[in-house]
Amino acid sequence: MRLELIIAGFGGQGVLFTGNLIAQASMLADYHVTYLPVYGPEMRGGTCNCTVVISKKTIASPLVLNPSFLIILNLPSFLKFLPRLKNKGKAIINSDLVKPEEIDNLEVLQKKHKLYFVPVNSLAESLGKPMLANICALGAFYKISKIFSKQNFEEALKYMLGESKAHLIEPNLKAFELGSKYIEEHYQIR
Amino acid sequence: MKKDKKILAKGVEAIVFGALEAECKCYFGYPITPQNDIPELMSRELPKRGGVFLQAESELAAINMILGACATGARAMTSSSSPGISLMCESFSYLAALEFPAVVVNVMRGGPGLGGIETSQGDYFQATKGSGHGDFRFLVLAPSNAQEAYELTAKAFELAEKYRNPVMVLLDAILGQMKEPLVLKKLKIKKYPPETWALTGAKGRNSRFFRSLFLDAEELKQHNLKLMKKYQSMQKEIRYEAKIEEGDMVLVVAFGSMARLANEAIEDLRNKGYQVGYFRPITLYPFPYKPLKEIVTQAKKPLKILVPEQNCGQMVEDVKLAVEGKAEVISLPYPPSVVPFPEDLKKEIKKCLNLSKSRKV
Repeated sequence: MRLELIIAGFGGQGVLFTGNLIAQASMLADYHVTYLPVYGPEMRGGTCNCTVVISKKTIASPLVLNPSFLIILNLPSFLKFLPRLKNKGKAIINSDLVKPEEIDNLEVLQKKHKLYFVPVNSLAESLGKPMLANICALGAFYKISKIFSKQNFEEALKYMLGESKAHLIEPNLKAFELGSKYIEEHYQIR
Repeated sequence: MKKDKKILAKGVEAIVFGALEAECKCYFGYPITPQNDIPELMSRELPKRGGVFLQAESELAAINMILGACATGARAMTSSSSPGISLMCESFSYLAALEFPAVVVNVMRGGPGLGGIETSQGDYFQATKGSGHGDFRFLVLAPSNAQEAYELTAKAFELAEKYRNPVMVLLDAILGQMKEPLVLKKLKIKKYPPETWALTGAKGRNSRFFRSLFLDAEELKQHNLKLMKKYQSMQKEIRYEAKIEEGDMVLVVAFGSMARLANEAIEDLRNKGYQVGYFRPITLYPFPYKPLKEIVTQAKKPLKILVPEQNCGQMVEDVKLAVEGKAEVISLPYPPSVVPFPEDLKKEIKKCLNLSKSRKV
């Protein structure tokens, strides 16, 4: 098993946190992982991405040209990274900011890839926590990829939030459940 | 037995844990991207263990504090990134002249000048060829993953004391900033008692005096010859990783993060039947001239050597020295901020294979 994931969106959407969390949870599930944040003079509102490689074998390159999985949180990222997705690759797309009806070649893309449109902004807003859109996407990723367990995620989350942010664990878990449930209800996962 | 703790750590964090494992007692530094996690973590962890963390007013101040701490035999370390390292170079020469066991970490970024904060391997020459004035060398260790960064940083303290010479841990920003699992293993790091040479208080013995000024010509000559012999004796510390098979037609030589990209490329090509090998120097000084030369002279077919680097071609000169004209050496320069994907390297390797008229097996 090997999965190469690129997560992309605006700075401030929690792109790097999500990547780090996925890497942490996958490590707990006994995988080799690398997590590479984009690195440069980034800022809130600018574009931001990170690469996570998850594998049963040792990982040489942390850099990936053609990922097998994408989590796309905004339109510029969709335009930039979708062309790089491997054939038969999977993508979770924030359908609040990238509307399927506005994608010209949607049918072509859907023949080539498996696209999961998840309105992560709306889901997070339904919890009253719009900043948790990234975790809704992570919940969807958990359901589709089946790499780590819910317990792995919870442990990773607790580790990353630490004691000072322990009050955020509960809303994060809710957002995770919501993303996971959305996939369960709208897509068939074998 | 208690299982060692496994954490997800950045390369720069692995360096701190390595230094702490070696019981580093002093850290002096000045902030610069992309290595700020080192002082940050040090400032949290060192005081807990009875160590001293100090943010100096400049890189110059930091390295001279290191010089002072080393004079007393304390395990001391500083870290910086390219432009900051340049500022320290004058004192590097003094550290080497005084034979002080300092550990210096350089997380390279793009230059020259202030350059940028993108990843780079542009300080290869500076690190390996003696960065300040006069004849001197640092022992240079180049890890290529978090685990190695941890273990080599700890080892750096031992080697620094063993040779009474500064040791540099050299890595690029990619390795510094990426995270991967790190097992915080217990390491056996040998200690050399400073009482035999350092300024430890002269009670009950004659006082000691350190200097790097030798106005007497004979004395200066002897000092230089002594240092030269020491650098030659470091040959036994040579470390490298090699994957060579009989019949390989192309050998990729790379260090640091570039070696990982190269490794990915050659593994994939090998699986497809291409005859490609891989060589990664871990000690950049002393450079593994001899093992590399042996690979070339023992090759069944003429080898072509590709040297990808995140600079405009520096290590390639050492590779050429190593092979003594017995193989064609091709430089693959990637200036700062241009990082090739393994796919790009595969294309270059294939081009090279076609040139040597090889065929797929």
